[in-house]
Amino acid sequence: MCLGVPAKVVRIEGQEATVAIGSVEYQSSLLLIDDVKVGDYILLHAGFVIEKIDPAEAEETTRLFNQISNMEQE
Amino acid sequence: MDGYRDAALAEKLSAQVYRFSKTPVRLMEVCGGHTAAIHKYGLKDFLPGTINLLSGPGCPVCVSSQKFVDQAIFLGRRKGVILTTYGDLVRVPGSVSSLEKEKSRGADIRMVYSVLDAVKIAKENRGRQVVFLGIGFETTAPASAAAIMRAEQEKVYNFFLLSAHKVMPPALESLAGGDTQIDGFLAPGHVSAITGTMIYQKLADVYHRGVVVSGFEPADILQSVLLLIKQVESGHFLVENEYTRVVKKEGNPRAIAVMNRVFNLVDAEWRGLGIVPESGLAIAPEFANHDANLEFNIRVPDCQLPKGCICGDILTGRKNPAECSLFSVRCTPVNPIGACMVSSEGACSVYYKYKT
Amino acid sequence: MRKITGRISMNHGNGGVYMQKLISDVFMRFFNDELIGNQSDAAVLNTGSGAIAYTTDSFVIEPLFFPGGNIGSLAVCGTLNDLAVSGAKPAFLSVGFIIEEGFKISELTRIVRSMAIEAEKAGARIVTGDTKVVNAGKCDKLFINTSGIGVLDEKHIPLSSGKYIKPGDKILLNGPPGEHGMAILQARKLFDFKTNIISDCTNLYPLVKQILNISDRVHFMRDATRGGVATVINEIARKCNTGIEIDEAFLPVNNEVAALCELLGFDPLYIANEGKVIVVADAMDAELILTAMRQTKCGKNAAIIGEITADHPGKAVLKTRSGGKRIIDELLGDQLPRIC
Repeated sequence: MCLGVPAKVVRIEGQEATVAIGSVEYQSSLLLIDDVKVGDYILLHAGFVIEKIDPAEAEETTRLFNQISNMEQE
Repeated sequence: MDGYRDAALAEKLSAQVYRFSKTPVRLMEVCGGHTAAIHKYGLKDFLPGTINLLSGPGCPVCVSSQKFVDQAIFLGRRKGVILTTYGDLVRVPGSVSSLEKEKSRGADIRMVYSVLDAVKIAKENRGRQVVFLGIGFETTAPASAAAIMRAEQEKVYNFFLLSAHKVMPPALESLAGGDTQIDGFLAPGHVSAITGTMIYQKLADVYHRGVVVSGFEPADILQSVLLLIKQVESGHFLVENEYTRVVKKEGNPRAIAVMNRVFNLVDAEWRGLGIVPESGLAIAPEFANHDANLEFNIRVPDCQLPKGCICGDILTGRKNPAECSLFSVRCTPVNPIGACMVSSEGACSVYYKYKT
Repeated sequence: MRKITGRISMNHGNGGVYMQKLISDVFMRFFNDELIGNQSDAAVLNTGSGAIAYTTDSFVIEPLFFPGGNIGSLAVCGTLNDLAVSGAKPAFLSVGFIIEEGFKISELTRIVRSMAIEAEKAGARIVTGDTKVVNAGKCDKLFINTSGIGVLDEKHIPLSSGKYIKPGDKILLNGPPGEHGMAILQARKLFDFKTNIISDCTNLYPLVKQILNISDRVHFMRDATRGGVATVINEIARKCNTGIEIDEAFLPVNNEVAALCELLGFDPLYIANEGKVIVVADAMDAELILTAMRQTKCGKNAAIIGEITADHPGKAVLKTRSGGKRIIDELLGDQLPRIC
């Protein structure tokens, strides 16, 4: 369940943020999230921004994948 | 995001899973989104025979009771009512009909992407009662709560919610404590985005099951399976978080606050699990004027599950869809008998679609 | 599956399994001419002085106007395409209109004008027609039926039968799937997503002509309309009892269609197109045909997306970008947008 799609915040107008999923734009609700800024990557679920995506953690995850998958050569 | 779908990476993670997996394990992917991703990307091709993946109760359409659908149909037949719903619920069979069939007979049933669209419809149709069918877990319930608060604030008194919202931990604990042999849980990533990871602590500490909160990309899922196997092999069970780019330990406090303000915990019926104590979300007295259950005198008879349907056993991981005598014979995605065939993420629907 | 009973549902019209069931259980039970039995896009008829292809199609669409076309351009292109993929050069068209009382003449004029333009561009003549007006509420604004006759070169007669299809053949597609269906969804304004998706509604004859000119090794063509690419792929697998493997990495993608699919939980392979053709050709000529396709206006993003296999006859398999495999099943019910 819970189809969540990553999107980028393009504009903020009060309680709403225009977010871009690729080149598709959607006016999402900010009623469930604090401190969202233009340029942030967020997770969109059923029209609501439910969480921010942390770019540093995303990089860390990628680093972990690589570390683990390279263990073969040890 | 494309990096997470890379074939070479998937291959490497798979090699690690093969390397570490020794004893046969039963892992439950709780979330229907995981089930769908596993099949969509063909991830079972990457896993050794020692790993048995079970589909859990994380598809809100599947666990919503038949009675809830009957209640929705009852409301849809009321003169002046506009029913609003997410798409998946439209084809779910009630005891005699479905919303899709009711719509073709003239009921005013509208699909929305956001519950706020339903509030908007209510604003534009002040003379009519607009009911939103609230399904979903902690990910989706806050949205319904926010919609009720907005309707109250903007005095949209013709907006109502029929809540079948549920919370995840009691159901998982009932699974871990029951007669099902589940070694570890792939915990639902987007539920956890709201709740945080602490809700699973009891599964690890008390029930000694592995828990890994997982993202939804192929690499996320393979990585999470790998982490679970390592837990099982070492006999050291804990709650790990693979989906750190989205899920924080404390979750999303604002969404939790909104949800807690509008809803109270009540006992709820889960298809397949029966009544699970304190697992449902009912509208709190403060917002009672938006509760469809109070506004309408909804009368539907108690109903029995269709004969032969083993949805309950499938949801609890005791059986898989191929073991059902109705599967793909009488029960298909267009004429579903059990709810697991209804949602595109339901275990039976996914098996049917991607049967290999 | 059991014999069809009950009432007609929308699923009986979506091009998928339920529509096939309706056709076989009700229509083919009584319409048993061997020519209709072939169930191809157009019937190939021998007139004694050369072969012709003959086809018909009815159009009901909401809304009547959408980005990239209207019901009129759709009605003409649809029939032109059914002729073209049979290997025929479209020559004559008939047009039939069922109009709801109260419909604006200015809108009808716009629609008819685009029909004339499309037919002229294709060099096809509209030679006969019919008009009926029904009471308000008895039809939805406007329904159009078109029939078409195309002239068929002797050597292309077997094309529509699919009998030349063999393992090793390559499968080509002239562009990204799903544009028409998603343009229509957007035009209905059900959801508030902002996109610029334009229907791919177009006449495929120029492309077909180009590839038939350049190669004698085209084995089959079919336009992928309702039910999408997945439905055609399955049809080929079933009809020729051969296996099919599609490589997801090679499928052309329209980024906006992909994003909207991700948001709504749809699979673009099952979404309708109105200007997409699946071509099956001998591997020897595949690159040649691909180059020719890419030189045409509606084939700029063409790709070789897969091949016919001897393995798993009757089934179509998708090799996913992550390297796993899954079955491309036939369309059952229409896809529903999902949030959960």
